[in-house]
Amino acid sequence: MKVETKADARPAVKTGADVLIESLVNQEVDTIFGYPGGAVLPIYDALYRSDAEFQHILTRHEQGAIHAAEGYARVTRRPGVVLATSGPGATNLVTGIADAMMDSLPLVVLTGQVATTVTGTDAFQEADIMGITTPITKHNYQVQSAYEIPRIIKEAFHIASTGRPGPVVVDIPKDISANPCFDTDEAPFHLPGYQPTINPNPLQIKKLCDAVQKAKKPLILTGAGVLHGGGSDVLQDIAEAFQIPVTSTLLGLGAFPGDHELFLGMAGMHGTYTSNMAITECDLLINVGARFDDRLTGNLEHFAKNAVVAHIDIDPAEIGKNVHTHIPIVSDAGAALKEWKRQMKEGPDAHESWLAELHESIKENPLWFNNPPEGMVAQWAVKHIYEATDGDAIVTTDVGQHQMWAAQYFQFKRPDRWVTSGGLGTMGFGFPAAIGCQLAKPDEKVIALVGDGGFQMTLQELSVLQERNLPVKIVILNNQALGMVRQWQEEFYEERYSESLVACQPDFVKLAEAYSIRGVKLETREEFESSIKGLLESDEPVLIDARVIQQENVFPMVPPGRGINDMVGVKPR
Amino acid sequence: MKRIVTLVVQNRSGVLNRVTGLMHKRQFNIESISVGRTEQDGISKMTFVVDVEDHRKLEQLTKQLHKQIDVLKVTDLSEKAIVARELAMIKIVSNASVRSEVQSIIEPFRADVIDISRDSLSVQVTGKPEKIEALIDLLRPYGIKDIARTGLTAFSRGQQPQASELTQFSLLK
Repeated sequence: MKVETKADARPAVKTGADVLIESLVNQEVDTIFGYPGGAVLPIYDALYRSDAEFQHILTRHEQGAIHAAEGYARVTRRPGVVLATSGPGATNLVTGIADAMMDSLPLVVLTGQVATTVTGTDAFQEADIMGITTPITKHNYQVQSAYEIPRIIKEAFHIASTGRPGPVVVDIPKDISANPCFDTDEAPFHLPGYQPTINPNPLQIKKLCDAVQKAKKPLILTGAGVLHGGGSDVLQDIAEAFQIPVTSTLLGLGAFPGDHELFLGMAGMHGTYTSNMAITECDLLINVGARFDDRLTGNLEHFAKNAVVAHIDIDPAEIGKNVHTHIPIVSDAGAALKEWKRQMKEGPDAHESWLAELHESIKENPLWFNNPPEGMVAQWAVKHIYEATDGDAIVTTDVGQHQMWAAQYFQFKRPDRWVTSGGLGTMGFGFPAAIGCQLAKPDEKVIALVGDGGFQMTLQELSVLQERNLPVKIVILNNQALGMVRQWQEEFYEERYSESLVACQPDFVKLAEAYSIRGVKLETREEFESSIKGLLESDEPVLIDARVIQQENVFPMVPPGRGINDMVGVKPR
Repeated sequence: MKRIVTLVVQNRSGVLNRVTGLMHKRQFNIESISVGRTEQDGISKMTFVVDVEDHRKLEQLTKQLHKQIDVLKVTDLSEKAIVARELAMIKIVSNASVRSEVQSIIEPFRADVIDISRDSLSVQVTGKPEKIEALIDLLRPYGIKDIARTGLTAFSRGQQPQASELTQFSLLK
């Protein structure tokens, strides 16, 4: 009897799908997140026949695949690769594509498409994914012939990972991947319409240096651009040299050490009081790689009114979009920071009174939460996880209360340890993202800090933990409610809790056990305190159902429509 | 304010969709579009007339357009000395008795009669939008059956005046 080997299964002539796999290998792809289906059968066949080293991670839903790829991209700064079939496979990716677009994550998304012979006839599993993804991609391609595949893949990786990173969709009709391919375009690509500005204009940096010399109350705002540009170390050098305090956007956390004495905490809607007051009062605001999102700025009329605004951004369209900018610097944040450090002048002013004022404010207005005698509040649990891990973990979250508490109480000391859905605010992001993070960083501790609502949106990916025995730690901060919705209903809709209190939920421990994963329910502080460290240090996956008090709200808070200087809940109430 | 924005683009599938989708997403109202090939293979030119609120919005528009991978060049022609033309075909109700009258109306506009039937007459006119509007107004009393307009297309003049002279050359002020 003949045993079929991979070599036997290989056709004499390469197909378009073989060319695609080779192209991915050339891009040094090591992991693909995907889900097979009709229109990608030729690609999955080529994957099966290929000797390529990379692993394919079969998620249990395409949304899981793309969020995992986002997590992978966030911690590696390399494009996450996703493969899904046409029609529903592709449309299931839409949320993740939009999420990656908003948070500037590099993705290369490969979708199958019906054969070119039936395109446009409403064929089985046909969806116009080019039309659907045009507004939510940095760029997209539909392959017209297998000849183009090597060039398009090279371009897709280049576009996704350079400039302001973003998702690129490559749509591949089934006949093109199935048919033999005799000739391919191996020429280097040419993108005349895409030349991102990477290096700053030194004269603009000089203006910034001059402004720093003059400033009495300077402030640095870090965004995710610092992380993408790998500028954290230089930023720290500069901030320390000039004694400039630093605040951060949600996505910029970790760009500057969270436990540093110059760090004021996150700014914005649920930022620290001191950060928001620093923005309001500063006379020089240096935005490094943030986009002045509305959750950061609040009402623009009250935002940094006294400040000269310097804005470093790789995307020129972000400069001046929301906030008037006096010193625009189009550049990669890392490159701009290096140039700034190079041009730094001797003897910078020490801003002692400004720093003293801010430190006083930090002392007077610390983050607070009530710790009732019975039960556990989520803030306490997050703080405890932070202490139990000594902050040495990659943390992923969904969107909502637990996300804000994680941002407030987890002090990220290093870059690329914080993976959250910021711009789009996607529930169900955190857990699959954690899978991507763990695959990218097998030796790191990865904690998916999720709510009971968001977790239930993508919990099918427990299968991936089971299959791969990935030691992801899932901590469900379970308040049996859609906490942030509940909070807003309490604050702004006179406690009419419309559909936000979800008392009916699965037994999460049994659910974990159904996937052969250890599940633990922790209901009291004592239970939590005594077991959390051990659970987090386990080298197996663990699901922790942490029961927290429902009525807790995230404070302090800038009510919607107000300026960030106008916070409520600054002091304990 | 109305602005004339021209784009030089790579002629790839979906590029028009990307550009108009972007304008839709960022809430820019398109008054007219014309698209055509250029002297270079694979390169097309789009001319948009858009209505924007202020200069900040305009800056956003040009920056966002510029970000598109297939867009090679974005030019706001509104402040420049330009040559701008639109073509319109106008079909009006007409019988033998009014033909010569219509002929005398369209002549100063350097418009041509391009089709005649027993009860209608079609005129072709090229020029700036104002001129076309003027002719349409004059022909309206005869009964307009149909109008087809190409939308404005434009480019800058070979010689640009000094900045101080600009306003008098500007089209859409």
